[in-house]
Amino acid sequence: MIVNSITSKRDIDFLKQKAREARIEILKMLHRAGSGHTGGSLSATDLVTALYFYKLKHDPINPSWNERDRFILSKGHAAPLLYVMLAMSGYFEKDLLMTLRKIGSPLQGHPSSKLLKGVEVSTGSLGQGLSIANGLALGLRIQGISSRVYCLLGDGEMQEGQIWEAAMTAGHYKVDNLCAIVDNNGLQIDGSCADVMKIEPIFDKWRAFGWNVIEIDGHDMNAIVSAYDLAQTIKGKPTVIIAHTVKGKGVSIFENKVEYHGVSPNDKELETALMELGANG
Amino acid sequence: MANRPSDIELQNIKDTNPEDTLAGKSIATRDAYGAALYELGMRDERIVVLDADLSCSTKTIKFAKAFPNRFFNVGISEQDMVCTAGGLALSGLIPFASTFAIFETGRAWEQVRQTIAYSFLNVKLAATHSGITVGEDGASHQALEDIALMRVIPNMTIIVPSDGYETQQFVKLAAEYYGPVYIRLGRAKAPAVMPSNYKADIAKAYQFSKGSDVCIIATGIMVSEALKASALLANDGISTGVLNVPVIKPLDKETILSAIEGCRLVVTAEEHSVIGGLGSAIAELLSEIKPIKMIRIGTQDTFGCSGKPDELLQSFGLTSQHITNKIKSTLE
Repeated sequence: MIVNSITSKRDIDFLKQKAREARIEILKMLHRAGSGHTGGSLSATDLVTALYFYKLKHDPINPSWNERDRFILSKGHAAPLLYVMLAMSGYFEKDLLMTLRKIGSPLQGHPSSKLLKGVEVSTGSLGQGLSIANGLALGLRIQGISSRVYCLLGDGEMQEGQIWEAAMTAGHYKVDNLCAIVDNNGLQIDGSCADVMKIEPIFDKWRAFGWNVIEIDGHDMNAIVSAYDLAQTIKGKPTVIIAHTVKGKGVSIFENKVEYHGVSPNDKELETALMELGANG
Repeated sequence: MANRPSDIELQNIKDTNPEDTLAGKSIATRDAYGAALYELGMRDERIVVLDADLSCSTKTIKFAKAFPNRFFNVGISEQDMVCTAGGLALSGLIPFASTFAIFETGRAWEQVRQTIAYSFLNVKLAATHSGITVGEDGASHQALEDIALMRVIPNMTIIVPSDGYETQQFVKLAAEYYGPVYIRLGRAKAPAVMPSNYKADIAKAYQFSKGSDVCIIATGIMVSEALKASALLANDGISTGVLNVPVIKPLDKETILSAIEGCRLVVTAEEHSVIGGLGSAIAELLSEIKPIKMIRIGTQDTFGCSGKPDELLQSFGLTSQHITNKIKSTLE
């Protein structure tokens, strides 16, 4: 079992280092795959790194450990990020990352729980993860299991009606062992969320559905860690962390570029990216 | 778990003895479901139930009152209900999610496909108000496509009980089986057809009789009509066997092939569109293995309409008389 506790700046530096390593792995695997979702994997890297290397109770040796915390990747297209987290945590060998999207690989374009240990449920069709997270959290609660459930949503995903059905359910049933995280990078495939279908005011929407809402800079590791800790103390309502992020974060040529939503880096882009991230080749 | 009903709650539920058998009782399959669910709840604390604001109609209300901590009404949001059921299954519980068939399979189809079937979650989709016998509510509420919608999804098991007794048994079997199950239930009273010594089995069809001329393969309330048709045809010297196929997927191919052995004609009968349901499943099987003349009784690529259940069955050609006439004219 991995037991995490952040006590000092050194630990924050550790998480930042892990996030940097994760970005390098994500880019390498996407480059090898030749397709996949770059922007939305990089925007959520800091948020999910803090989960896997700080907040989640989990055991890579025993992925089905009943007392584990659960992570549901509702924005399933950020699969490369999830796979890298699992590999870096020790669920499987890092070599497997290079099989992403290849025939016969357990690393499907979108996560499959039937094929890969550590993936809680298959996702990829947007809008369904928050309902699943609710069910899991309610199920754990009535069985007296104190585990928590974390669910990562995209901002564009909030355009799916089912998200608000689930938001209502979580508020109604006071699902306080649930923490949703919105990767608010402002972009979706067809352009900016504001242009395609306005989702603001995000804060007010969630609050109106009965949620405790925390707003943070989704790349400030201190703020991320504090938000997860704070969420755990809130009783009687679910918490959502609205994390303001930059799509393609960490690599200047990808940052805030809508073109890199579903495009993987080519040879030259990978070289530039690895240089910026300080990777040794 | 602290989910056992209190003594006071138990005192309020006296109308069904958990050990009561529904053999020989002509009741709606939704009523049998409500009773069976309650029995299951008494015996197994892993059973949880979800509904989308129709608990009085789907009959999950009985479970809801007895086990309020294990019942989740999600309001009028079927897509949320299906995925929430998926989450409950992931936590190790056995959820039954109920609403009307058209909403469970139609509105939430992609949720069933992606979350429940693709992940192979242990969720039981128990839907009521299937078919034309929904009656007065009309076409918007009459699911004639639900079997087709569930049949195309890999990993899905589809159960269509013919009467209350068969429902009672299959609800328990569904809970014992690990994996996604769709149970199709009805609103109107279903005539009792299954014998009291009947033992339901997910892998088995039930043969009432073997015919040398015709085999009627029926499911749901059409089993009763098939049995009546078989008797009518006997008067005319046409030997007609009847096979009840309660599990549309996976099909019990062995029993089906043996039931049609020696017959000149195979007739399927279902309270569902002839496109994609039992008729299609049998036609797919026989066309590849044993081509034979077939008639598919069901709704003919059309929506339903308002009316009394009996009037509708008559109007849409879902009666024993209609089956009999069809068979006679085909054999002439």
